[in-house]
Amino acid sequence: MTSILSAPAAAPARTTAAGADRSGSGAAERPIRRLGLRKGFPFSRLAGVLLLLAVWAVGSVAGLIDPRKLSAPWTVVTTAVDLISTGILQEHIAASLSRAAVGFAFGVVIGTALAVVAGLTRSGDALIDGPIQLKRAIPTLGLIPLLILWLGIGETFKIVIIALGVVVHMYIQTHNSLTSIDNRYVELAEVLGLSRATFIRKVVLPGAMPGFFLGLRLSVTGAWLTLIVVEGINAVTGLGKMMYNAQNYGQSDVILVGLAVYGIFGLLSDAVLRYIERRSLSWRKTLAG
Amino acid sequence: MAQDARRLESAAVQVRSLVRGFGDKTVLDHLDLDIPEGQFVALLGKSGSGKSTLLRALAGLDYDVEGRGGTLTVPAEVSVAFQDSRLLPWLRVLDNVTLGLGRTGTSRGASALAEVGLAGREKAWPSELSGGEQQRVALARALVREPQLFLADEPFGALDALTRIKMHALLQELIRRHRPTVLLVTHDVDEAIALADRVLVLDRGQIVVDEIVDIPRPRALGDSKFHEFRNTLLGALGVEVAAQ
Repeated sequence: MTSILSAPAAAPARTTAAGADRSGSGAAERPIRRLGLRKGFPFSRLAGVLLLLAVWAVGSVAGLIDPRKLSAPWTVVTTAVDLISTGILQEHIAASLSRAAVGFAFGVVIGTALAVVAGLTRSGDALIDGPIQLKRAIPTLGLIPLLILWLGIGETFKIVIIALGVVVHMYIQTHNSLTSIDNRYVELAEVLGLSRATFIRKVVLPGAMPGFFLGLRLSVTGAWLTLIVVEGINAVTGLGKMMYNAQNYGQSDVILVGLAVYGIFGLLSDAVLRYIERRSLSWRKTLAG
Repeated sequence: MAQDARRLESAAVQVRSLVRGFGDKTVLDHLDLDIPEGQFVALLGKSGSGKSTLLRALAGLDYDVEGRGGTLTVPAEVSVAFQDSRLLPWLRVLDNVTLGLGRTGTSRGASALAEVGLAGREKAWPSELSGGEQQRVALARALVREPQLFLADEPFGALDALTRIKMHALLQELIRRHRPTVLLVTHDVDEAIALADRVLVLDRGQIVVDEIVDIPRPRALGDSKFHEFRNTLLGALGVEVAAQ
């Protein structure tokens, strides 16, 4: 998207720069970065989404889209307003959010702790890494039958399934980032005589941060995905439950409201994480700047 | 032997019959070395002569060496400066300097930064500094610990010639003030002669040249004694110098 939109504007500037006037005495032309990413424009991430919405709206107006299969955008909006005014949507959202949050929190803490232990001790590596890799090979959702057998079909089972997926993401990314910390920094820590606690606090954890954040972002997406599946199993409330019910009654607008809420929460949580990541990794200079 | 004269002074570094090897290759071959307290020693050698192995042995960083023997004694407080500045990119400059010093470190760290001419850059990220500035932070980090022995492994090797000249002056000033014993590993003969009290040349794991630098400071490249010593050292390093 970026390159398509900025290419026409960029072309003349390039020509000038390549010509005699490289000193740039004239006007606002700035040299353009050739290989790295160019400067983004505001809300550039939304451009593709808006285009998709436009296609949907036009298709609905023109009668190209069967409203029983896919309701028009405005129907979805009015349904959403109805659901909100009756308080039904809030109730489902609250149930889903608390499930996701609890599972996510457990998963992050356990996954990160396991990664640190496996990354810093030989015995931890021997005992933890294998099982996690094994777990990684088994899709979390494939564990549902077994976990229902063990834990029943209540809340615990739902939270455990969510947490399991998060643990794997957090472990893999944090562990990878942690074990690829440059050995030169470890040497430095030894020369400076750092205590093990200081070493972990000042070298290991900050060094593992990039992986930790990547793990968080993958985990959030994974947690939402798992949520919708487990809420199809004997849930009374929750967005997933609301959508499965709507499917039974052929209410595509309600399903779309559910999807929209999922989407909004997915984007919001990712944006929040990106923001925190940028703040705490401000020392990094990367391709994206 | 030159060492006999110095035996009366207290030795900061004492190496006896040091052996280090990787596989069946011997890198250090029964090496003996005494460095009196406060002496500035430059260690020259071709690449692969074992200079870094010796420095790493003194720094206690040679746990991965298989073949080992001999004894070595070093002071309690040892600081190391590496060829790369080795600043932690996620810590600000001041936090890099005071890393591991605890609470009392902050004011000492700030004055160490001022000493290397970087007052006011305490809050900068290492990536915002030039190569020379990063290396100055590394010097501050090494010297804020008031080391009794300062080991430097080609600390200026990656810097441009102009920056290097400035760093030489800075290092001399810092050494004069803090008075540590210094072992500087370098491949730069001029650097060794300009800075050191004593120059060693390492070849095939043994010290083949051990000379006190008897040239008054400041030492200029044009000085005839400088020139003569330079040719001697280059000869020991296997570089043929055309007769003048």
